[in-house]
Amino acid sequence: MGLLTTIDYQNIFTRVQVRGPDDLGVPIAKGIYERGTKTSHNYWFGKLGDAQIGPVYLGVWGLLSIACGIIAIEIIGLNMWASVNWDPVQFVRQLFWLGLEPPLAKHGLNPFIPLNEGGWFLMTGLFFTLSVLFWWARTYTRARALGMGTHVPWAFAAAIWLMLVLGFIRPVAMGCWCEAVPYGIFPHLDWVQAFSIRYGNLHYNPFHAFSIVFLYGSVLLFAMHAGTILAVTRYGGEREIEQIVDRGTASERAALFWRWTMGFNASMESIHRWAWWFAVLTPITGGIGILLTGTVVDNWYLWAQHYGFAPSYPPVHPPVVDPALLPGAR
Amino acid sequence: MSTQIKSSIRFGAIAAASLGLGLLLAACQQNPPEATQQNGYRGVALEQVQSPKILAKLAEANQAPEVVPPGDRTGPRASQVYQNVKVLGDLSETEFTRIMVAMTGWVAPGGVAGSDEGQGCSYCHNLNNMADESKYQYQTARRMIQMTREINSNWTNHVGATGVSCYTCHRGNPIPAQTWFTGGGHPKNLADGGGWIGANNGQNLAGKHVGRASLPADPFTPLIQFAETIRVTGKTALPTAKGENIAVAERTNALMNHMSDSLGVNCTFCHNSRAFSEWKDAPPQRVNAFHGIRMLRELNANYLAPLNTTYPATKLGPEGDAAKAYCATCHQGAQKPLNGAPMLGEYPELGAPRP
Repeated sequence: MGLLTTIDYQNIFTRVQVRGPDDLGVPIAKGIYERGTKTSHNYWFGKLGDAQIGPVYLGVWGLLSIACGIIAIEIIGLNMWASVNWDPVQFVRQLFWLGLEPPLAKHGLNPFIPLNEGGWFLMTGLFFTLSVLFWWARTYTRARALGMGTHVPWAFAAAIWLMLVLGFIRPVAMGCWCEAVPYGIFPHLDWVQAFSIRYGNLHYNPFHAFSIVFLYGSVLLFAMHAGTILAVTRYGGEREIEQIVDRGTASERAALFWRWTMGFNASMESIHRWAWWFAVLTPITGGIGILLTGTVVDNWYLWAQHYGFAPSYPPVHPPVVDPALLPGAR
Repeated sequence: MSTQIKSSIRFGAIAAASLGLGLLLAACQQNPPEATQQNGYRGVALEQVQSPKILAKLAEANQAPEVVPPGDRTGPRASQVYQNVKVLGDLSETEFTRIMVAMTGWVAPGGVAGSDEGQGCSYCHNLNNMADESKYQYQTARRMIQMTREINSNWTNHVGATGVSCYTCHRGNPIPAQTWFTGGGHPKNLADGGGWIGANNGQNLAGKHVGRASLPADPFTPLIQFAETIRVTGKTALPTAKGENIAVAERTNALMNHMSDSLGVNCTFCHNSRAFSEWKDAPPQRVNAFHGIRMLRELNANYLAPLNTTYPATKLGPEGDAAKAYCATCHQGAQKPLNGAPMLGEYPELGAPRP
């Protein structure tokens, strides 16, 4: 298979798998649990990235998170299955349609309601939220234990913010659990569409617009950065961190490429800040947009017209008036 | 083999595989798969995206029937010639016979397969005594003729001068193929019997009448039968009163899905793409659709739903209700039922009763 060279070794679908001795990582301070020492290798994982699996650290946060997550998924799944009278065929066939609906509107914010009128949903929400928060604690404590910065937990927290706005903060602000998003593949998509229709087209919500800018911006930055690094890998460019402090020819070529093509280049370090902030601002701005909807703004189209944010277009059809406003309307 | 040759071979193999895959996918597509027709100002997504292949099939499936030659309008009235003629008595004898012949072909040319309900004239009539009212089909037909005349004379803001005939809905079937019952065909589940798990609030299955969405399966009972409000969008920029919740908005969404599906059109056939609730810049078809909804409310309330006491129990829905009409009953996938064939023009007998 030839020599192990930078040309042959690629990150995804590599022909060459690196299988060194098991790497248990750097020494860390002793916690209440011994760190795991079990590792193994997997050929197919090696196709995608590192072939070594483990050691995994479960810890108290991890165990709590998994326990709560299983409870939440069980409640959702069993409700879905029960909704087709425990028919296994229909459960599989209609899986994408099945859902667990939020409480009925009549219950408002009452947390003690019949299971079948939203009680299951509230329980799911509780355990699902706990699971996610425990997982957040896990990412935070593990990052700290390794002496890392906490950039990953805070980025995760940005996503949790959007989740909490959708399922908890906004429903509380609206005074009704019924405003929460159902669990289910198509049900949650239908919710999104109905939500946009109800509030006069979410595309006129400027925070929705910001969120899209950051989302698409993230994609663009991801492609630019990944493309740049892959393109200079032959000069050692994938060793980005070394290149930050000891700029080599990979870094110089990459930088010059972008100055040539657009007059400006990010540095080996700043590109990661660009990417981090774009990614994190996607759910932060999105969450603000959702929180304002219904609480502060009832019709984004009318709002956008009022502030000159939605343009007017020349009429194409003869003007029509709402027939309900005409005399004799029935 | 040098690395260069190897990589050329590899490149060639990948290119050939891509081309093969492309051809395979292209073979599954017709050309063009979708045609787009602009129906609003440029750049604002006011357009109809339709498949020419599906449109051609729909046009084929919605052919109007052959016209029965018109009859002499003069002479004694049907009510004077025949006994017990309570509707259509204002027609001449020839006109009356013409409609009876046409109706036979429209509604019961072959009767119901595997039933002893009769076919042709005998589907509705006792052949020994044509004036005998005892068959439920006879009573139903009488009411349906009244309904047809009501549509053609009082709902011209929906049906225009085109009008409808029995065939618009029946298409040769004793019961129109597309109707709805309370519940929208949503199967009962454990939760309906007072169970404690598995409630799905009448949604979250592939809804037969709502474009196979997981939206509420029966938006028709609340919005058509009980005429609850369809308009859910906030009426002012800032909140002024407590608005509708999302479950109510989903109900409207489901009805709109049905309309879109029944007419084979996109949302923007009737709606301004930027604000569905705004009448300004809305295509004029929305006015027509508005009257269509009102028409359905009246027809279901006054003509179709009350027939539950006339029909035998086997013809009723799971809740004991009669089959009711919605957009698909007439439109059957086509923007204009029967491709816009002038049913009233060809059968003026079905217009308003003559004095």
